[in-house]
Amino acid sequence: MSNKVIYAIYNDDDILMDAVKKTRAAHHHIEEVFSPFPVHGLDKAMGLAPTRLAICAFLYGCVGISVATAMMNFIMIQDWPQDIGGKPSFSYIENMPAFVPIMFEMTVFFAAHLMVVTFYMRSKLWPFKEAENPDVRTTDDHFLMEVSVNNNEEELVSFLNTTGAVEVKVIEKH
Amino acid sequence: MILMALGLLGIGYGFLTAPKDIHEVELMLASESHGGHGEVKHDASEVAGESHAAAESHEEVKHEVAETAGESHAAMESHEEVKHEVTETAGESHVAKEGHADAKEASEHNEHLTHVLHQLQNKPWAALYVACIFFLLVTMGVLAFYAIQQVASAGWSPVLFRVMQGITAYLPWGSVIFFVILVLCGLHFNHLFIWLDPEVVAHDKLIAGKSGYLNFPFWIVRAGIFLIGWNVYRYYAAKNCLAQDESNDDSFYKKNFNISAMFLVFFIVSESIMSWDWILSIDPHWFSTLFGWYVFASFFVSGITTICMVTLYLKSKGYLEYVNTSHIHDLAKFMFGFSVFWTYLWFSQFMLVWYANIPEEITYFITRIQLYNLPFFGAVVMNFLFPILILINTDFKRISWVLVMAGTVILAGHYIDFFNMIMPGTVGDRWFIGVSEIASVLFFLGLFIFTVFTALTKAPLLPKRNPFIEESKHFHY
Repeated sequence: MSNKVIYAIYNDDDILMDAVKKTRAAHHHIEEVFSPFPVHGLDKAMGLAPTRLAICAFLYGCVGISVATAMMNFIMIQDWPQDIGGKPSFSYIENMPAFVPIMFEMTVFFAAHLMVVTFYMRSKLWPFKEAENPDVRTTDDHFLMEVSVNNNEEELVSFLNTTGAVEVKVIEKH
Repeated sequence: MILMALGLLGIGYGFLTAPKDIHEVELMLASESHGGHGEVKHDASEVAGESHAAAESHEEVKHEVAETAGESHAAMESHEEVKHEVTETAGESHVAKEGHADAKEASEHNEHLTHVLHQLQNKPWAALYVACIFFLLVTMGVLAFYAIQQVASAGWSPVLFRVMQGITAYLPWGSVIFFVILVLCGLHFNHLFIWLDPEVVAHDKLIAGKSGYLNFPFWIVRAGIFLIGWNVYRYYAAKNCLAQDESNDDSFYKKNFNISAMFLVFFIVSESIMSWDWILSIDPHWFSTLFGWYVFASFFVSGITTICMVTLYLKSKGYLEYVNTSHIHDLAKFMFGFSVFWTYLWFSQFMLVWYANIPEEITYFITRIQLYNLPFFGAVVMNFLFPILILINTDFKRISWVLVMAGTVILAGHYIDFFNMIMPGTVGDRWFIGVSEIASVLFFLGLFIFTVFTALTKAPLLPKRNPFIEESKHFHY
């Protein structure tokens, strides 16, 4: 069985938005949209689920503050409670104001970095990764919508031509 | 109206129950000691509002010791020679119980009674003062926010301009009442500002040294200038905004832009001086460079919260056609952001003083932590922990009841914040959120609601010819 997809190429983001809406209304499955810049509202038009990256970041922040608290509580209070310049090291809460800058920074550090790493992992980005753009022009000034074909090739091509595409290609995918 | 009537009654009650003279206090203290903790209270109250006590009734030497009270080891060292002074001030109640010299006890007792009397007499005044300055500054927070929105050419907020103008209609009323209270302070109706008492100044070198700045005529003139300046801006901003509705060009809009920019410059100067004059000078022995910003953050976030709550109310009554959840969401983001900003300043002020632990600065926080533990840290919970956990969620920032709840907590939290700034210097350990405090809040809340919603009926709620109004109507986040 052949795996055919259609590349419909547009040169304006408004036309692309309309095309996406029409394609969804006609119940064709959009595999992917390639765009040189973020198109506001495209994810909504495509019906993509909202990202949960913010929730991840919040949890990572909680991890960060726990690490900072546990670390300083062990080092400064439990392990070797020295008197350093008269600061009270009898319990964590007594000396807490001095620890807050570190707790804050660790929270931000964990939340930011782990969230970025999560983003890279979820979007499968890393150095030496092979680029996946189907048409070099999509990084400059063209928009590309990839629609899957289910034995309705002619109909789909003619449909996409009506959506204002400047170019419609049928591609064999492996 | 009901709130005002109730509040007025309560305020009257507060003043009636304030003790008139020393004998009443003696009776009160006696009845308290029957309760079993009178002795402890007695000692604690000596330490109470240190700056207050020191300035008002103690001699210069004692005062010096009071300044160093924070350092318990210092107190320990000198404890043989100046045992007596130390017992007065160091806050070590076990020493206090041993150490009273018989001969001095009688005069000490009298001194103590005078001190407590002043604190108790201050209580209804301070309650009134806190509520009055709180509502006045909340209105100022709204006005500052309004000016910022104009100058920043914000595209989302013009649909809310009339709401903000309605809220600031409280400003003239609040200013007049506040100014009257300040004048009454100057006429020695109360002891809110100890530096207004010439006898205190005569015995207190530190305050005397500041009298070039802290003297009644200069102080009251400054207050007058600030209040007039703010009111003038509010008057012309509202007037130009209405004139813009009827005009054919944008000239009134540009005029408002210019006066808003000038107002913001004036405001930031007057705001920091205002915070020294009206709040910081309650504790004239203490100083902090961050204070103006800290006060600003506190009432600015309250002002934004007030805008949000009034907007939600009007929206729920169907008076605001073009306000959508995106506008509300933006206001909620401001509430969130400035709550964090307030906490940042609160912590910076606290942590720098705590870390260095310099005796003449740390007394301010020692008083608060020892006597106002719950309000002091409770304010942080209410103004930081609660909003940060509630308002961090994008979906929550669009839900009305969540915002009303968060807003109520933020407003209450910032009332307590002002309570914390003013009460320790005026009533010391005699604080309690009782009839006079609640009544004062209710009275000003009633006056606030009455003036604000009366003002809202006087102008259409949607500006007509604002250059950004179309964008604002279709604002979507």
